[in-house]
Amino acid sequence: MDFLPTLWFILIAVLWTGYLFLEGFDLGVGMLIKVFARDEKERRLLLNTVGPVWDGNEVWLLTAGGATFAAFPFWYASLFSALYIPLVFVLLGLIFRAVAFEYRGKVHSDTWRTVWDWAIALGSFVAAFGIGAMLALTTTGLPLNENGDRVGGPFAWFTWYAVLGGLAVVGFCLVHASAFLALKTDGEVRIRARRLVARWLPLGLLPLAAWVIALAVLNGKWFSWLLIAVAVAAAVAAWVANSKDREGFSFLAMGLFLVVGSAAIFSAVFPVVLPSTLNAAWNLTVENASSSAYTLRLMSIVAAVGVPLVLAYQAWTYWIFRKRISVDHLPEPHDFAPAVGLSAAAPSAGVTGGAV
Amino acid sequence: MDPLDIARWQFGIVTVYHFLMVPLTIGLGTLVAILQTTWLRTGKEEYLRMTKFWGKLFLINFIMGVATGIVQEFQFGMAWSEYSRFVGDVFGAPLAMEALLAFFVESTFLGLWIFGWKKLPPRIHLACLWIAVAGSIVSAYFILVANSWMQHPVGVEMLEGRPVMVDAWAVFTNNTALVAFFHTITGALAVAGGFLLGISWYQLWRRRKDGIDTVGANGRVVVGSSDSIPGRDKRDHAMWIKSLRIGAVVAMIAFAGSAISGDLSGKLMFEQQPMKMAAAEAACHDGTSFSILSIGDVGSRDCSDVVAVMEVPGLLSFLAHNDFTTEIKGVNTLVPEYQAKYGTHLPDDPMLGERAGTEINYVPIMAVTYWGFRMMIGFGGLAAMAAGVALFLTRKGTVPASKGLMRLALVGIMAPFGANAAGWIFTEMGRQPFVVAPNPAMSGIDQVFMFTAAAVSPGVSGGEVIFSLVALTTVYAVLLVVEVVLLTKYIRGGVVSAMPELGHGPDKGDGDGGTHPGGPEADDDVLAFAY
Ligand code: HDD
Ligand code: HEM
Ligand code: HEM
Repeated sequence: MDFLPTLWFILIAVLWTGYLFLEGFDLGVGMLIKVFARDEKERRLLLNTVGPVWDGNEVWLLTAGGATFAAFPFWYASLFSALYIPLVFVLLGLIFRAVAFEYRGKVHSDTWRTVWDWAIALGSFVAAFGIGAMLALTTTGLPLNENGDRVGGPFAWFTWYAVLGGLAVVGFCLVHASAFLALKTDGEVRIRARRLVARWLPLGLLPLAAWVIALAVLNGKWFSWLLIAVAVAAAVAAWVANSKDREGFSFLAMGLFLVVGSAAIFSAVFPVVLPSTLNAAWNLTVENASSSAYTLRLMSIVAAVGVPLVLAYQAWTYWIFRKRISVDHLPEPHDFAPAVGLSAAAPSAGVTGGAV
Repeated sequence: MDPLDIARWQFGIVTVYHFLMVPLTIGLGTLVAILQTTWLRTGKEEYLRMTKFWGKLFLINFIMGVATGIVQEFQFGMAWSEYSRFVGDVFGAPLAMEALLAFFVESTFLGLWIFGWKKLPPRIHLACLWIAVAGSIVSAYFILVANSWMQHPVGVEMLEGRPVMVDAWAVFTNNTALVAFFHTITGALAVAGGFLLGISWYQLWRRRKDGIDTVGANGRVVVGSSDSIPGRDKRDHAMWIKSLRIGAVVAMIAFAGSAISGDLSGKLMFEQQPMKMAAAEAACHDGTSFSILSIGDVGSRDCSDVVAVMEVPGLLSFLAHNDFTTEIKGVNTLVPEYQAKYGTHLPDDPMLGERAGTEINYVPIMAVTYWGFRMMIGFGGLAAMAAGVALFLTRKGTVPASKGLMRLALVGIMAPFGANAAGWIFTEMGRQPFVVAPNPAMSGIDQVFMFTAAAVSPGVSGGEVIFSLVALTTVYAVLLVVEVVLLTKYIRGGVVSAMPELGHGPDKGDGDGGTHPGGPEADDDVLAFAY
């Protein structure tokens, strides 16, 4: 097994894990905006917990995609073209969500805000579900022919694994976001968020656990079970810490659950990166799907410089915005009238002149 | 239904759309950073107002660039999987670097700038904006490296039928990319200049219409202030006239820069893609003249019907080679050369579906290249000329009271956008039928090329691409309306729309209102900015 392709496979797994860890909570907060927040103030509070960071979190997805293109063009081409329809929905979800974050507060009308709230909630849900489905299918396989193209029509990708993967990421995002809100907010919202974790953690993490266990059974690697044991321990720790009001610890334990779970997922089929369900000879593997050693070396140098930098300044951002916020911190929204004279009466009312 | 044509329409539409936002982001971001720097240096409040107002419009636009950019990143794999497999070894690298080295920087530091107004010390806050702007410029560089490699493949060797990178330096210093980078940045600044100019014109006109500013006997402005309209104080006037002048000067300099870089780009294209430039000139026969106007059916691809009615002898030769006598090959000479080198028919490959074995047309759609080239230069030049006129008309401190001129100034905002779109459409469609264009001269690699017909995803059906085309264009159309409505609202709102605090107390503008570039507020419990 070649060293560089393996290294890049690991790096891509890390990028996906980073994506799920970071965007996980802002996707979850987005989904919660309709069901958890009780009034306009709380909705704004939720949005402001992720306001400064969600865009930076989303770039982890772009980088995971870009790195896959650069390091494993065949993987990128086969996966993205095979999942054409679901990815269109992911894109639409991400588009609506991004625009909604920015535009929601820009007009003071209840209808306007309600429309964008739905855009955030549904956009986050669809994006999380679609990405979960895509990641699940990378591990369980797609009906690919010899060239790596999907056969069997636009919906040939549909399997129950796709649904399971979708549910897994949605469930994880919801629980993760609740833990994040308990950590980021103060006052009543904090207490309710903690209660949410206590009540929904077991159910929320169940689909992800089921997916990991299914992979372990299908592929029979002994260390998968080891990872699963650690993941379960981490989930239990997160739950216990939450009930003892240790929000920081609970959030980190949730992170550990994700890291270990995704290690189990990505290692399950390794060195295959995308199995073909039609013929094992057509599987895409770290060797036959990767770029040349030259390109991988170049990209390794860039990543060695770039990744630590990104981690450093993103950590700094989280540090700057580390304070808990509560509804009392939110400034009142204010509307403004157009700076124009509104009627024939307006001109020259109170106008004072003076030469310059 | 052939997925190829639909996928091409889709790529063209979403990318041109993305590029409506991109130049405004790059250009306006740079100007806002300069304005904020000036504010910190001088402490003059009008610069704070300019920073806030233009910064607000910048953000409304920025988010649309982000939302549409995600589509760009995904669609190579989704709709052009054969292309991705073919070029992945060399093309994926700049794309990944763009995400890792530019998009992260851009989004993270912009978040810090938006939310950090009172949390960060002023200098660090300003630095965040500069870093974010640098991020967008770096992103432009990387994506243009990727795009330029398709125009001028360098730094690779063919291995098992695919180009494999052997010289990263050559790829990242591709002369096509460096020139395109220069040209794109100047084009972006032209957009931002026109934007400042048009909107400031409207605001100054509004002040005159509402009777706040008047014109004295010597023709100079008499600046007033209004008690009843929030924000309409004397500083308000200073802010708009300064913005107008900055916009006009930037637009003119940017056009000069575009002309220089465009000329360099043209010289490279004559050598690298002679067919593109011949088609841009509707030059059917070899010669040296530049056609100002050709009539006849420029769109007919067989050249039999094109008649040049106005020509400048020697200019074409000058554009290509800096002298007046070198003959430039016309379309009729180039077609047989291309056929001899790259074949007359597409290969009989089952992967190509219905397209297998069909005849290749090496002449791009001439109506598009010919008029695209002229619209780019024309719209750009028009905007620069208008900027000069605007500077002259406002030399006495305000704009003429004419409503027609005000409308013209607002409509003029669109000209540099049009020039940019035309430039891209010309560049990209002029490269057809290739998606990776072979370069007959010594500089590029002749045998590295790919037909667009072979690039589309073989497994994706026409129905799928139609679905995404319809879904994306519908959503994009709706969002464009929303964006324009929001921009209009904030533009009409004037500076108060970005600084509501100005609307509260009466006539705060003549005082300093506590908005000096001081340190972070003591009371940092309150979010200075919130959604
Ligand atoms: C990195 C690659 C890349 C980049 C930066 C761009 N393009 Fe491009 N363009 C392509 C890669 C490409 C392509 C993949 O090669 C296409 C798709 C199909 C084709 O014919 O070429 C293409 C086609 C294409 C078409 C349709 C041409 C046709 O169907 O005949 C248009 C109008 C544009 N592009 C416009 C743009 C604009 C406005 C861009 C600026 C953002 C741009 N391109 C950047
Ligand atoms: C077809 C190729 C292109 C791809 C794949 C692409 C990809 C992307 C992506 C993924 C984003 C979102 C980044 C974020 O979330 O912050 C983006 C935004 C951006 N892109 Fe593109 N892009 C393309 C063409 C271009 C070109 C040609 C330029 C400039 C010359 C450009 C300049 C920018 C800039 C400045 C942004 C920042 C957001 C904004 O515009 O408001 N892009 N692009
Ligand atoms: C005298 C003025 C100009 C000349 C001679 C010129 C020339 C050119 C040429 C030859 C190309 C094709 C490059 C290629 O195929 O790769 C091009 C592309 C382009 N032009 Fe211009 N141009 C001029 C003005 C402008 C202006 C004013 C704008 C925008 C405001 C603009 C925007 C663009 C864009 C966006 C492209 C595509 C990107 C690129 O290839 O650089 N151009 N121009």
